[in-house]
Amino acid sequence: MSHAAIADKPASTLRGASLPKWSPYAIAAGSLAVAVGIGLAAGLDSKVQWGLIAAILFLLGTFGIAARVEGRRQAKDRIATSLVWVSFLLAVVPLVSLVWVTVARGVKVLDVYFLTHSMGVVADTEPGGGIYAAILGSLEQVGLATVIAAPIGVLTAVYLVEYGRGNLSRAITFFVDVMTGIPSIVAGLFILSLMLMLDMEPFGFAGSMALAILMMPVVVRSTEEMLKLVPNELREASLALGIPKWRTILKVVLPTSIGGITTGIMLAIARIAGETAPVLLLVWGNPFINANPFEGAQASLPLYIYQQYANSAGSGAAYDRAWAASLTLIAFVMILNLVARGIARWKAPKTGR
Amino acid sequence: MAKRIDVSGLTAYYSAHKAIEDISMTVEPRSVTAFIGPSGCGKSTFLRTLNRMHEVTPGGRVEGKVLLDDEDLYGQGIDPVSVRREVGMVFQRPNPFPTMSIFDNVAAGLRLNGSYKKAELADVVEKSLKGANLWNEVKDRLNKPGSGLSGGQQQRLCIARAIAVQPKVLLMDEPCSALDPISTLAIEDLIGELKERFTIVIVTHNMQQAARVSDRTAFFNLAAVGQPGKLIEIDDTERIFSNPSVQATEDYISGRFG
Repeated sequence: MSHAAIADKPASTLRGASLPKWSPYAIAAGSLAVAVGIGLAAGLDSKVQWGLIAAILFLLGTFGIAARVEGRRQAKDRIATSLVWVSFLLAVVPLVSLVWVTVARGVKVLDVYFLTHSMGVVADTEPGGGIYAAILGSLEQVGLATVIAAPIGVLTAVYLVEYGRGNLSRAITFFVDVMTGIPSIVAGLFILSLMLMLDMEPFGFAGSMALAILMMPVVVRSTEEMLKLVPNELREASLALGIPKWRTILKVVLPTSIGGITTGIMLAIARIAGETAPVLLLVWGNPFINANPFEGAQASLPLYIYQQYANSAGSGAAYDRAWAASLTLIAFVMILNLVARGIARWKAPKTGR
Repeated sequence: MAKRIDVSGLTAYYSAHKAIEDISMTVEPRSVTAFIGPSGCGKSTFLRTLNRMHEVTPGGRVEGKVLLDDEDLYGQGIDPVSVRREVGMVFQRPNPFPTMSIFDNVAAGLRLNGSYKKAELADVVEKSLKGANLWNEVKDRLNKPGSGLSGGQQQRLCIARAIAVQPKVLLMDEPCSALDPISTLAIEDLIGELKERFTIVIVTHNMQQAARVSDRTAFFNLAAVGQPGKLIEIDDTERIFSNPSVQATEDYISGRFG
């Protein structure tokens, strides 16, 4: 008995049964097929429902098969991996479909004429017209908002990280957090109440001020995080050279974190570029070109999209213009992001030899 | 050019915690003084009080006198920024400015102080890099970033950066503890050359290093964890390592504790 046991090669404790490499794909395909079957059989119309059923089947199937073949620990590992993949798909599918639909419907009227002309007297139900006034207005309003909010935000963050001690900095941090949560319509109403008190007509800069309120806390937060990343040793090295604190901040701390700060500002711009509510209250929209943000109603891209949709009375021409404007807005934000990444890479501390 | 440091009755705090208590000593010009002692005994804290870097730490404050050639660094109307121009510092970990080139790193002190003539700058940078024994290794790539150098080269770059502003005293806080033996040797040789021109104070955990580079050695100790660190004795390095006058010093040096 014992001899036979010794002669037998003992089962390796390091090796175990494992599923082949292609098994996840097979399980995915299988669960998709079953989900389609269930959907057809039960008469479910929604493809979203089919997809969700397939996702659940995939997770359960992976766990069941892996637990049977490989054991419980590997099964847990596989289900974690599957969860990551399923979540990824759930997040990406709506995003891709949004971009796809916007591009597909937006390119119909998007051309040079559309970008360089305004609505003027073109009725909302007729084809023609363009978004030049809206692009101009958006650029001016967002630009002015950035000019106000970026310096204040960066300086606030510098105060909080480099100087702030005690109650004042705690209070500022608290109010910045509160400001982050302000709904955009409330910021708009705040400026609107000022406008009504001063008896003013809508104009572009009023929108800029509301947008600046929305942008400031985002800039403060992101800049603060970036400044905290600068190692304290660099500050000490600079101070120990007899460099005053303000020059240390200006010449050592800020250059080291400038990439991250720029990225933060760009993301804040991207956030306010799509705000509609305050613009609707304060800038009103204008089918004619108004290049002066300090007087008279102006147009703006997000507002243009809303108005084309709302005033279209079911006209296809207006819908097409709204889609094209949406595509322009997405492209604008995308370009800003790319610029931010470019600056971050260009300004990042260099490590090359 | 080098200046004498005279410390009397110096006590330093971190908020309410007393880190070092009642330290008095004299540091001779044109010599190397080493501080040794177990971790947490306040060597680095004491070093940082000598160029008013201690107060940069939140809650840091100091009582007592530090005379730099008869001028009290903690006296009325003394500008800490000016103090740090006279008393330079090299840190434990090499910390070149990551956004600057090798040249700019060395020139940083002069440039950011605003006290330089353009024509002199290249000259000062070359002299400082030569002074730090780094010139030959970097003269062909002065425009490359300083963080691309090896650890030992970075530390010598930091030394060049510190001596470029022509301080009177150079403080070194464990300058070799992050370096390999060869780079350590390069820095120790450098210290030997620099003491011709500067007053040098060096904190080290390596007793052989203290014995090799220093003229005088100060031994710090603390009674117990949480107690303030104190200066036990300061004497010629030879005497400290052969025949110290306090038993605790001999115990520490012979490895009986710490």
